[in-house]
Amino acid sequence: MTRTGFVVANLFRKRTRTILTLLSVIMAFLLFGLLQSVNTVFSSGADFVGATRLFVQARVSFTTPLPLSMVPKLEAVPGVVRVAYQQWFGGVWQTNTPLIMFALDPQRYHDVYPEWKMPEAQWQAFEQTRTGLIVGRQLANQYGWKLGHKIPISSNIWPQKNGSKAWEFDLVGIFDGKDEDWQKRTNLAFIQQDYFEEANQFGLKGRTNFFILKLAPGANAEAVSKTVDAMFENSPDETKTQTEKDFNISFVKQIGDIGLIVRWILFAVFFTLLLVVGNTMAQSVRERIPELAVLKTLGFSDGAVSGFVLAEAFALVLAGGLIGLALASLAGAMVEKGTGGQFLLKLDASVWLLGVLAIVLMSLAVGLLPALRARRLEIVDALAGR
Amino acid sequence: MSEPMVQVHDVTKVYERGKQKIEVLHGLTLDIPKGDFVALMGPSGSGKTTLLNLIGGLDKPTSGEITVGGRRIDQLGSGQLANWRAHNVGFVFQFYNLMPVLTAEGNVELPLLLTKLSGAQRRKNVAVALEVVGLADRAKHKPRELSGGQEQRVAIARALVSDPQLLVCDEPTGDLDRKTADEILGLLQVLNREHGKTIVIVTHDPKAAEFARRTLHLEKGQLLEQAA
Repeated sequence: MTRTGFVVANLFRKRTRTILTLLSVIMAFLLFGLLQSVNTVFSSGADFVGATRLFVQARVSFTTPLPLSMVPKLEAVPGVVRVAYQQWFGGVWQTNTPLIMFALDPQRYHDVYPEWKMPEAQWQAFEQTRTGLIVGRQLANQYGWKLGHKIPISSNIWPQKNGSKAWEFDLVGIFDGKDEDWQKRTNLAFIQQDYFEEANQFGLKGRTNFFILKLAPGANAEAVSKTVDAMFENSPDETKTQTEKDFNISFVKQIGDIGLIVRWILFAVFFTLLLVVGNTMAQSVRERIPELAVLKTLGFSDGAVSGFVLAEAFALVLAGGLIGLALASLAGAMVEKGTGGQFLLKLDASVWLLGVLAIVLMSLAVGLLPALRARRLEIVDALAGR
Repeated sequence: MSEPMVQVHDVTKVYERGKQKIEVLHGLTLDIPKGDFVALMGPSGSGKTTLLNLIGGLDKPTSGEITVGGRRIDQLGSGQLANWRAHNVGFVFQFYNLMPVLTAEGNVELPLLLTKLSGAQRRKNVAVALEVVGLADRAKHKPRELSGGQEQRVAIARALVSDPQLLVCDEPTGDLDRKTADEILGLLQVLNREHGKTIVIVTHDPKAAEFARRTLHLEKGQLLEQAA
């Protein structure tokens, strides 16, 4: 037997209690790992490496529309080969199933996104049918939509000129992704910009939410981004140009200050954990006051006895923390795979480092008071049950 | 048996319970030679356990001197006293006070974690100690799998394993039936006679005291007589 063996044996004196406490630590650190890596993703700086497309939105917010008159100017920027644009439609299927649905120029979009695979005849039908709708394979399969179906979709933003929010579109195309990753993103729906402009009640014409710039092979994405933003600086339509990945992230950021939300959730999680594990440790020490007194009787110093208690707290939090962080790594990898690499929920070294720091601090927080109690224990009083 | 193992000189012990001061021992003086087996008897509250705790270095006197094995233990600090206990004295309690999460051999090995012995040497010493108390075949059993008598034997093995010269036992048979109690006391007698251990036990049981070489009676914190 070793001192470590003694600590572990004491830890499992009440097996059920220890396992339940361990589970709560695991859950807390699983959340910590995932949320912290979400935070890392959202707080990371722009990364232009390998970008083949750039998104241009209004500097204030992507909800502020930009004029379509910008298209020729954007296309004139060196490194840009084609420009597409998308307008958020706010589509809702049946009562309240939101759809990721945009109004766009079919030809331009087709040119900018070769990753979508659809027969040319369907692209042409989309271009030629003013009420045309194309949807991704996932969406079509999910709702059993077939070519030729009339699909009633309402918009939670845009009513038609007659005041009705219910629109009806003709399904003229179903697109697939070029590979497994793109196939996972076929949950989108697109309608014609021309029809949208003509039919919406607010008369939103000649404007769109954002542009997508297709870059020439080898073009310097960062330089293009700076050129575009400089071009519209101090104009009524100042722009913010970023990569597709950063645009997706900023889309989610509309929810609010992600970093603050994450911090508050983690604070609540760790505060609860502090109470749970702290109570377990305190109870564990309370239950074996005579045993701790016997250790002192046998010659273990005050420091050694309090060290045993601290080591138990540390072992419990360390085991739970490492398992939780490992599970978070696994879950992050699964999310990354599941979203086709769009959401990089990776536990990098900084998250692990923070996790280890949290383990040490949490161990001290939950173990210190019980350890001090063990240290101060008077042998004679403890043996006499006082 | 003339060389002193324990010398208690003019010891007073006062406990403070809130604002109340309780003087448990009043200027007590006592010598216990090496190799002696002493039974301390007396009514409840007479100061037997307090005296035992002072001799074993578990507590400090309010005044007076205590020397054990030639060392003034009343002057030692808390850390020094813990270290002294680890190497010089073995303890046996009424309720055995074994660690329920450890096996018999784990319990016996516990005091050896304070030494620099190797794992192999520790295991060897543990085996010897369990052999001495007749429990070699129960080494892998946890306390809850042992009878009261067996638990007390494990406690004695734990007290012996560091090879201290002094054993202090607080009511070591108080929780046992007569037959088992006699076996335990017989074991203590063997440790005293054959292994030369100096033993001090506190007991209420006159029959238990008969196993000792001599019995000392305490009353109201003072030694009444010294019977051969």
